[in-house]
Amino acid sequence: MNGFTTLFYKEVLRFWKVATQTVAAPVLTALLYLLIFSHVLESHVRVYGTVSYTAFLVPGLVMMSVLQNAFANTSSSLIQSKVTGNIIFVLLPPISYREFYAAYVLASIVRGLVVGAGVLAATMWFAPLSLNNPLWVLAFAFLGGAILGSLGVVAGIWADKFDQLAAFQNFLIMPLTFLSGVFYSVHSLPPFWQKVSHFNPIFYMIDGFRYGFFGVSDVSPWKSLAIVGSCFVLLFLLTLTMLKRGYKLRA
Amino acid sequence: MKTAISAHQVAKRFGSVEALAGVDLTVLQGEFFGLLGPNGAGKTTLISALAGLVRVDSGRIEVMGCDVVSDYRNARRQLGVVPQELVFDPFFSVRETLKIQSGYFGIRDNDDWIDEILANLDLTSKANDNMRTLSGGMKRRVLVAQALVHRPPVIVLDEPTAGVDVELRKTLWQFIRRLNSDGHTIVLTTHYLEEAENLCSRIAMLQAGRVVALDTTANLLNRFASHALHLRLGAGAALPPVLAARATEQDGIWSLSFDRFSDIEPVLAQLRAAGCSLEDLEIGKPDLEEVFIRVMQGQQGDMML
Ligand SMILES: Nc1ncnc2c1ncn2[C@@H]1O[C@H](COP(=O)(O)OP(=O)(O)OP(=O)(O)O)[C@@H](O)[C@H]1O
Ligand SMILES: [Mg+2]
Repeated sequence: MNGFTTLFYKEVLRFWKVATQTVAAPVLTALLYLLIFSHVLESHVRVYGTVSYTAFLVPGLVMMSVLQNAFANTSSSLIQSKVTGNIIFVLLPPISYREFYAAYVLASIVRGLVVGAGVLAATMWFAPLSLNNPLWVLAFAFLGGAILGSLGVVAGIWADKFDQLAAFQNFLIMPLTFLSGVFYSVHSLPPFWQKVSHFNPIFYMIDGFRYGFFGVSDVSPWKSLAIVGSCFVLLFLLTLTMLKRGYKLRA
Repeated sequence: MKTAISAHQVAKRFGSVEALAGVDLTVLQGEFFGLLGPNGAGKTTLISALAGLVRVDSGRIEVMGCDVVSDYRNARRQLGVVPQELVFDPFFSVRETLKIQSGYFGIRDNDDWIDEILANLDLTSKANDNMRTLSGGMKRRVLVAQALVHRPPVIVLDEPTAGVDVELRKTLWQFIRRLNSDGHTIVLTTHYLEEAENLCSRIAMLQAGRVVALDTTANLLNRFASHALHLRLGAGAALPPVLAARATEQDGIWSLSFDRFSDIEPVLAQLRAAGCSLEDLEIGKPDLEEVFIRVMQGQQGDMML
């Protein structure tokens, strides 16, 4: 038990203690999305020619939940600790900035995966779902969680107040996730909006994740992996640099 | 004696505020050291720099010989800090808080020591209560406990008795004194000067980021503070002019101050010779408050730095 494992454990315990809010609530939200959208669209839309709309929607909702909850975990934990001042409890011990990063981000991936698994368990009954290649599923879930978890670290450290964090979430994270093709295949979009979608990294996370289920996707999973992987490396470096400098943490 | 803390030319600015303006300070192992100064003097900033919470602009600090920047892991293991702000994590109980804090320092099975700390701080009955439900004074005790989980040789307490009742103050000081006699180095900041006078063997006074006095408590008292004589005169009596010239009057009480206790006797003789009748007489001992005020007013005189 060293500083890293304890911090990781504490971060997991923190969301697990309030699992109704942090796990059950997002699962219910995703389930509601599924019920409403599939009710309205199931008979009108087919994707990739063969896949039913509801089946198409399930992995999208799972991945969206993974991403949003990974972000929520790091960002809310950090801003709460900063605002209440108890962040010093992790700044005083001999924990390096790398351990700090790893503990927070891994815990956010755990939250993302737990919620994602919950969403999958709750929604998979509504449509026949195939699992073409679980490795793609896991790879994109992990990487996506790590990216949004890192982004949550950045946002949580940057924001001084809760409303700044809310702005980050409402004006960046939400539009990017909702416009990433969770609810539609980007091929159904007009060409201009298709182009725009290809600048959204979250599009590739969802698309690659879906490939793992259906074996078909809007772009090649390898391309998605390359883009998502590069995003992760960039964010990893950015976050580590911030932490190393003690930006807004060590005055 | 080996040094526990050494600060060398430590400077730190926050924008236009010079929080620390070149602080030099050495605290020896086993000392009970007081860090005093008015609000905003830089005490907390110095402690934060020591703990790595603040990055200094220049200068360096060592804790038990470990540089707090380049060898921060070892430096932090040697240091327990009780922060000034009353902070807590509302997600956890007292015991969970202490176990997690132990884990941060890489200590796994710490229950015996945690129990001992809890008992000494009168927290045993609260061990399983959530932090949110504790009163302010109780939360303060938990902060003290948190600083001690890893048995640090150097313990720094930033105003640990602010907002704490008399009872806890007594138990807290008993406990801290015991830790001190077991060999722990203690650094204390407080605005209760009587507390500092009773506890600390050596004191530094900070003003606007500078050390303006640094000496043993006894020397400071001798050097700056004076003995005082407070007199209430009998009806119709007047102070002899020689004495009245150097005395001050407030609410009918005349006060005279003396550098040495032995100077008081001749004054009493003078009063007797003048046939001055007294209603009441009180001899005031020098206290740290007076020293503090004098130092802050810039009467450093021949002080040793
Ligand atoms: N994070 C910060 N940002 C900006 N200014 C700061 C910061 N921390 C401290 N200061 C300023 O530095 C100066 C020293 O503050 P510090 O907290 O060290 O004083 P102190 O001696 O602990 O006072 P007190 O007795 O009130 O606790 C003050 O002018 C304060 O406003
Ligand atoms: Mg202070």
